[in-house]
Amino acid sequence: MKNDIILSGVGGQGILSIAATIGLAAVANNLFLKQSEVHGMSQRGGDVQSHLRLSDKPVASDLIPHGKADLIISVEPMESLRYLPWLSDKGWLVTNSNPFINIPDYPSLDEILKEIKKIKNHIIIDADGIAKEAGSARSGNIVILGAASPYIDMPFESLEDAIKKLFGKKGDHVVETNLKALRAGKEFSVT
Amino acid sequence: MKRVLLLGDEAIAQAALDAGLSGMYAYPGTPSTEIMEFVQSSKDASDRNVHREWSSNEKTAMESALGMSYAGKRAMVAMKHVGLNVAADGFINSAITGVNGGLIIISADDPSMHSSQNEQDSRFYGKFASVPCFEPSNQQEAYDMVFEAFEVSEKYKLPVLFRITTRLAHSRASINLRETIPQKKLSLPVDPLQFVLLPAIARIKYKSLLSAYESLRYESRISKYNNFKDGRRRDLGIIACGIAYNYFLENVGESVNDFPVLKISAYPFPKELIKDLTGRCNEILILEEGAPVLEEAIRGILDDGIKIYGRLDGTVPRDGELNPAIVAKAIGLPLSYGQDVPSLVKMRPPSFCNGCGHADMFKSLNESIKPYGTGHVFSDIGCYTLAALPPYNAINSCVDMGASVTMAIGASDAGLFPSVAVIGDSTFTHSGMTGLLDAVVKNSSVTIIISDNSTTGMTGGQKSHATGRIEQICEGIGVNREHLRIIVPLRKNHAENVRIMKEEFEYKGVSVVIASRECIQTATKRKRSEN
Ligand SMILES: Cc1ncc(C[n+]2csc(CCOP(=O)(O)OP(=O)(O)O)c2C)c(N)n1
Repeated sequence: MKNDIILSGVGGQGILSIAATIGLAAVANNLFLKQSEVHGMSQRGGDVQSHLRLSDKPVASDLIPHGKADLIISVEPMESLRYLPWLSDKGWLVTNSNPFINIPDYPSLDEILKEIKKIKNHIIIDADGIAKEAGSARSGNIVILGAASPYIDMPFESLEDAIKKLFGKKGDHVVETNLKALRAGKEFSVT
Repeated sequence: MKRVLLLGDEAIAQAALDAGLSGMYAYPGTPSTEIMEFVQSSKDASDRNVHREWSSNEKTAMESALGMSYAGKRAMVAMKHVGLNVAADGFINSAITGVNGGLIIISADDPSMHSSQNEQDSRFYGKFASVPCFEPSNQQEAYDMVFEAFEVSEKYKLPVLFRITTRLAHSRASINLRETIPQKKLSLPVDPLQFVLLPAIARIKYKSLLSAYESLRYESRISKYNNFKDGRRRDLGIIACGIAYNYFLENVGESVNDFPVLKISAYPFPKELIKDLTGRCNEILILEEGAPVLEEAIRGILDDGIKIYGRLDGTVPRDGELNPAIVAKAIGLPLSYGQDVPSLVKMRPPSFCNGCGHADMFKSLNESIKPYGTGHVFSDIGCYTLAALPPYNAINSCVDMGASVTMAIGASDAGLFPSVAVIGDSTFTHSGMTGLLDAVVKNSSVTIIISDNSTTGMTGGQKSHATGRIEQICEGIGVNREHLRIIVPLRKNHAENVRIMKEEFEYKGVSVVIASRECIQTATKRKRSEN
């Protein structure tokens, strides 16, 4: 088993809590794991990415080789396209449809969505809308994780357990809304 | 055995705690910051009362760690690569004094300059100081090596340099932890003159450092972190240093036994192991993350030995970090590739946060400096350096911490008027204060704007030594009270702030404008934790 996942977004959008959830689940499943993160300069509203590598064998490189990613999970549509050189031809791209516009020359959203739809395996999800329905506008990132979960080779329950662990300190309510967000995301993908 | 998921930085911090660390010293700097942050939030550290406060800069951190070592305890100091330039005086001389308690200096290099002004390779400093240098290839090795580094440090009574790079520092992996070693007791050096580098003493100590280097070569030869594994092929042998070894393994996969390969993670260079490899192969490929330190050494000036591929002949790019693709190409393996990035994807450079005081300060600065034309504003390193980018285009320099003040002095000496420096609060206490003293003593005609967001923002909001002290510091250094102005960089104060800046630009002497407004990131975090 091998899952090479690229997480992408804009600094401050919370891709690291997606990474942390998958990471906890991977440890619970006794998988080998490497997860490289971006800290420092780019966290100030710049583009950020994280390479997450899960395997039943030891993982050598911290970085995913070009053309080998099984999955891109993006919390921002334009950012999802930045990592296409890494996506394998069988890979999936799962992205939020809501743009984060903090640059003057941000392209038209229609054009971006058109490019995303050219990818054979893609899912575009209104994560912000679904998160609001689930009761927490801030868990859009977990909705996207839910939407990507069918393409991660771990039991869905282990992602749920990871959410419980990760958000446990913040109280039952936060855990519940995030679980709801995760399930709603999955629901969107499988139906 | 306990297993935990840790960043490379965190693995190093946990290892130091498990190896009986008594004092952690650091100044923030990407990619090293999380080492101290981990120690500060560690329950182990607080249970064991490990010293863990930030220092003003890397030099004070280095020297405090040396003091902890003088007192017989294990100490670690962490910094980014350019921090080692700041700490270099203490570092190089600590090799001559030697240590008492084990001392590890972590220098985190940032090849490709993700968050840095340059990509210098700290391994040069290991050779320069004639000390042992470790370069882990993965997070588990980083954890384990800290134990050995302390042992080597105490065995040879030398500081040990520990070089890591961005990808190791900021990548998480599962780590097996070892049993905890208790801290050492206070015990002073046996020789009361060990740390007294008067020339007569230093000459003797330097000779013993040079002869110890021969023993270190032997240590490198037998180190478990340097290993040579023969392979089937005779046409090409590989030398991979540190993290480069991972990219090699990633690429060769199952056919790892084809290549004779020497992995190097402990320095000085293991000469005999290198000869073992070169004696068997027609050609070699050298993979190093950073500068071609080993490659230059093997080629020498004559470069008339075995055929060598590496960064110097273009097989590997001369600059920038390695990645799996670069290494695949260098070995001659086929490259995989997804699709090109569509042309509509735009660059998204970092920018000021909404509600950042620096931004409002620069708006006022731009307006007040406008009559004088461009080229008057020296700046420094921090979030405020983002003002170099559009729409601000407000600053003309960013060189090294503190250089805004001193470059403004030099330019003013040359006749530039007005000559303005913009420096952050943490940068000011790191290296700006001594420059300000120069300005006061010489009565230079400079205006220094201290953009005070009460935190070390760029590296993630660590406590700033300047907080609540800037005004007193400036007065103490001798800035005239009438030209020590305090402003609040808010939009509603714009007109008044422009007027104050203009007044101070016109003043022919030292003036300081402190623009104070809390960083929006730390303010948000603080409010969240208060609720
Ligand atoms: C010698 C050295 N040490 C550390 C750094 C890393 N560094 C860059 S910016 C910065 C923070 C500066 O803080 P401050 O001056 O308060 O400005 P802010 O980012 O808060 O605006 C640090 C620590 C560096 N570039 N050089």
